[in-house]
Amino acid sequence: MLGKSTFCGEALFCTKVLPGHFRNAFCITSESEERAYVAAVRGMSDTLQRNDTRITPGRDRMLTCVSLATFLCFLWYADSYFGDYSIRILNNIAIFTMLAVSYNLINGVTGQFSLGPNAFLAIGAYTSSLLTLSPEEKLRTFIIEPLVWPISEISVSFPVSIVAAGVVAALLALLMAIPVFRVRGDYLAIVTLGFGEVIQVVANNVVSVTNGPLGLKGLPPYTNLWWSWGVCLLTILCVVRLVNSSYGRAMKAVREDETAAEAMAINAFRTKTLAFTFSAFVQGAAGGLLAHLITTISPSLFTFMLTFNLLIMIVIGGLGSTTGAVIGAVLVTWGGELLRAFEEPVTVFGYTYEGIPGMRMVIFSVLLVLVMLFARSGIMGRHEFSWQALINRCHLIGNFLRRHS
Amino acid sequence: MSGVFFRTERLTVSFGGLAALSNLDLEIQEGEIVGLIGPNGAGKTTAFNAITGIVKPSRGRIVFLDADITGWRTPRIARSGIARTFQNIRLYEDLTVTENVMVAAHCSVRYSVVEAISGLGRFRSDERRIHERAQFLLDLMGLTRFAREKAGSLPYGSQRKLEIARGLALNPQLLLLDEPVAGMNPHETMEFCELVRTIRTELGLTVGLIDHDMGFVMDVCHKIKVIDHGIPIAWGTPQEIQNDPKVIAAYLGETSA
Repeated sequence: MLGKSTFCGEALFCTKVLPGHFRNAFCITSESEERAYVAAVRGMSDTLQRNDTRITPGRDRMLTCVSLATFLCFLWYADSYFGDYSIRILNNIAIFTMLAVSYNLINGVTGQFSLGPNAFLAIGAYTSSLLTLSPEEKLRTFIIEPLVWPISEISVSFPVSIVAAGVVAALLALLMAIPVFRVRGDYLAIVTLGFGEVIQVVANNVVSVTNGPLGLKGLPPYTNLWWSWGVCLLTILCVVRLVNSSYGRAMKAVREDETAAEAMAINAFRTKTLAFTFSAFVQGAAGGLLAHLITTISPSLFTFMLTFNLLIMIVIGGLGSTTGAVIGAVLVTWGGELLRAFEEPVTVFGYTYEGIPGMRMVIFSVLLVLVMLFARSGIMGRHEFSWQALINRCHLIGNFLRRHS
Repeated sequence: MSGVFFRTERLTVSFGGLAALSNLDLEIQEGEIVGLIGPNGAGKTTAFNAITGIVKPSRGRIVFLDADITGWRTPRIARSGIARTFQNIRLYEDLTVTENVMVAAHCSVRYSVVEAISGLGRFRSDERRIHERAQFLLDLMGLTRFAREKAGSLPYGSQRKLEIARGLALNPQLLLLDEPVAGMNPHETMEFCELVRTIRTELGLTVGLIDHDMGFVMDVCHKIKVIDHGIPIAWGTPQEIQNDPKVIAAYLGETSA
């Protein structure tokens, strides 16, 4: 194994650097022979050194199905035996994964710096809450000013409200995209940042729709593990498929070089609008799920800090990688809870640590700095998960362990 | 077709008060290879940028296949059949070589976003078609062995070839090459000369090119336009251009009396 790979390395070196030397050394005379040889060597080195991309859809599909089934079993187990706290964390992970994956589509894949997810989340949360609350509950909640007419009478089922939440968020995103993407530059960041603030102000002041600072209470707790993870997995599937299609390639081309993308007949405006609207749709739907998870929403829930957290997730995971967004969301959501241990009093060897409130944020920041120092492009870089890469990595680790034991 | 294949009429581009290009009349017949030469800063790249809609012409007209394309947006011009390469290579560096070529075939994609997400309808057949087209073009340009590499990791000469392969994926009728052999050694230039001829005959292309390598330009072009300081000074076959006193003056300076 070792000898073979060294040989390949040598042959590759020859073909790349010393074509003449290569030909003499192996007494290869004709062009075609050489080409065949080079192809063979490259093929060998492909299987040994690099991520093997032999097409094995059958095996990959089977592995995906098995792991998905395992995950669903885990969800079932969690749903039946886990405590409220753990289930809540699992739900949060699902919703933040949705948010991070969709946020990554516009920020990482298309390269347009948006700061708007908190606004779309708020819009989605309010839309779906107003749609699922029963007319009696609405009458009881809106004590300052009564809710305006058509909304006060409407009551739809939970799935419909989630879709509606997505649609409203997407429509608002479309309205913003039309002026913003007509011009080039980082205007999207400014406009979405402003939009987030406007939404806050509207939520606080248009009392006859949002109930002002009191917010909406007593929402039916529809969101459970099946809903949150179902929608989350569906989102990941849709985003992955979109990114791997020609539309996704167009998005990446716009990120890499907008002028060159346009010279290749890609309508940059339409591509950016598609990515932005799509991500707003997902964020709106996530808002609906979040509202029915925590059952009480108020304007103060949707501050800029939320966007900031999402930004941390996708940067830690690797800007531009959907896999990275998932990893980032899980790490930050779950890790944030694990770090709570540092805020509680502990006694170790007779020494009592009182626990400092806010300590977890300090540790979190330090970890962030470390990531930015030692893994600047995030955990995944721009790579995506593939079974082959995972298997190769396992082989590498296996070989390493064998050599050192 | 009796109409015009490609023509610019008094094409002028000004940046502020500076006329980067003035009154360029350039006519390209179908199937020709036409060169655009001139000293540095003469306005050659500006002409290409104006033709492809990257800068807005301040005056004049551009006619392509009997349609007035002046003032069209870049993607529309590209879709109408004009592909180009860039002087300072502009690839999508973080995408693979195959993806780079496939990006340019986006305008020929017939499936919708919904079909892309669901994987139904024309998605599979279209993706296969684009992929096969990309493989064909990479093969034509001799880049097949790099297919899965990142475009940014390719050697310089191959990056230039990849840019052409990407342009060809648009299925253009007119291919504009901006300094395609810059930085190549004489041997590579000769190979490239053959390549240009091959793609022209195999794909039925018309080619417009800019270059400073006079040997290459004289060798490959049927007609040559010379511009200096934004002003067209000569037009003709390579022989005529080589003997034109105005061209010699522009390149070597006026002979003082």
